[in-house]
Amino acid sequence: MKYDVRQLELLSNEQIADGIFDMRLRCNEPDLKIECGQFAHVYVPGKSLRRPISVCDASDGVLRLVYQVKGEGTRAMSQMKAGQDVDVLYPLGHGFNVESGKRYCLIGGGIGVPPMLYTAKQCQNPLVITGFRNRDFVILQDDFKSAGAEVMLCTDDGTAGKKGFVTDLLKEQIASVDEVCACGPIPMLKAIAQVCKEADKPCQISLEERMGCGVGACLVCAVKVRKNGEEIMQHVCKNGPVFNAEEVVF
Amino acid sequence: MADISVNVAGVSFNNPLIAASGTFGFGREYNEFYPLEKLGGISCKGITPTRRDGNPPPRIAETPSGILNAVGLQNPGVDAFIKEDLPWLKQQNTVIIANIAGNTPEEYCLMAEKLSGTDVDMIEMNISCPNVKNGGVQFGTSCESVEAITSAVRKHCTKPLVVKLSPNVTDIASIAKAAEAAGADAVSMINTLTGMRIDINSRRPIIHNNTGGLSGAAVFPVAVRMVWQVANAIKIPIIGMGGITTWEDAVEMLIAGATALQIGTVLFSDPYAPIKINEGINNFLDKNGIKSVTELSGTVIPW
Repeated sequence: MKYDVRQLELLSNEQIADGIFDMRLRCNEPDLKIECGQFAHVYVPGKSLRRPISVCDASDGVLRLVYQVKGEGTRAMSQMKAGQDVDVLYPLGHGFNVESGKRYCLIGGGIGVPPMLYTAKQCQNPLVITGFRNRDFVILQDDFKSAGAEVMLCTDDGTAGKKGFVTDLLKEQIASVDEVCACGPIPMLKAIAQVCKEADKPCQISLEERMGCGVGACLVCAVKVRKNGEEIMQHVCKNGPVFNAEEVVF
Repeated sequence: MADISVNVAGVSFNNPLIAASGTFGFGREYNEFYPLEKLGGISCKGITPTRRDGNPPPRIAETPSGILNAVGLQNPGVDAFIKEDLPWLKQQNTVIIANIAGNTPEEYCLMAEKLSGTDVDMIEMNISCPNVKNGGVQFGTSCESVEAITSAVRKHCTKPLVVKLSPNVTDIASIAKAAEAAGADAVSMINTLTGMRIDINSRRPIIHNNTGGLSGAAVFPVAVRMVWQVANAIKIPIIGMGGITTWEDAVEMLIAGATALQIGTVLFSDPYAPIKINEGINNFLDKNGIKSVTELSGTVIPW
């Protein structure tokens, strides 16, 4: 059996920025065999759908999920208390493919930043570029530094780090890396894919879509991709969330 | 341990719980949670004569106690289903129901004929999909069209034929009677109720198809009412569905008049729901000294 639902003890669930929460769940070490970029599907009592949250970290017996309160379900998650059990279906999806010997540039935009932390831990000496709307949303900077990453910060309004977009920094740095992995809003991913294409560097992107089952059965979280010259519908939960940027039809 | 096996139109099911079409793909994903033989049967994802890519996303929205979906029948086509999925499904030791959806009566007949030559155990004719532009629900909303398409497909279908009914009609009992008169072996009901959600900031419908089909606990009372009305109107068996979430819901739907049950939306929050519901039914039967689940069907005592 590949999938299992586990009841995990909630260790802490703290607000770390405006509307952003850091949930830590106790896990048995053998249950932490997670690929970077995979996600966890969190049951919220009383809701018909689970909430898909990318894995921010999975080490030392702790599964860490950093999420943004967007609606009723994530608000209910933010009110969960230490000591209670949380029903989590994980790990799901196809994550980032990280090879040794390559230098990666990992890019996160906004709530797309958390999965890049666990990804950074799988890479040697990665360059991490993080972008946020303004200083109130900045997260995980110290975590990236502790993970041994070179981390760069920019905000749209310049209230923290450099003023500008992640793509401005990427253009300056791309010559020094072999491959790019990114997660964030679609316009950002599209722009990153374009920069990579022009520089002839491979690029993997993590996508998001309204999701149902989380395992590829209900077919709701569709994404159009081009395979062998033909456009087909694949699904974020099973084929992704990480896709080869060249194949995604934006 | 009571006997929880049921029989619908000559097909035996080990238990009354069938995975509902569209929530379960072709079974491979949920087989990674538990062996599919734990289910009475699987109603496979709706298939069409040729591959369909479905609607653009978003295809789902959460609603109070339910969901709206508009997948738009994404599927690999009947031939790919027969070649690539059916042989595997037939090894899973559970009843396999093919669900067919066409744009025209000819398409339904063509698929019924192709599938009649295979090992599928039953064919469920979906004339109630609310999420495609042509066909689907247009065949399911008047007695004349239901009778016409059912009798046409009947001529090409040598398997037990189940007609899946839409709740988006004024008098579901008369629709069910039309299906029975035209040769259906059973009916399954209810498909989803048409609904809509709008994002108040963007003023865009949340689902790209604008409207979608409502399922989940929210529709359960509607489904119970309709199953009861239809049970009073026809003699062929009813496969009841619509928002079954707990074992109590399952028992209630059987008492309303269903012979077997389909469950779908609850799988998204609890993939193990069918196993829990079967246990609950079993305990209920034992506690009440009932030997067979079949003794529950249609035993409501109306006021």
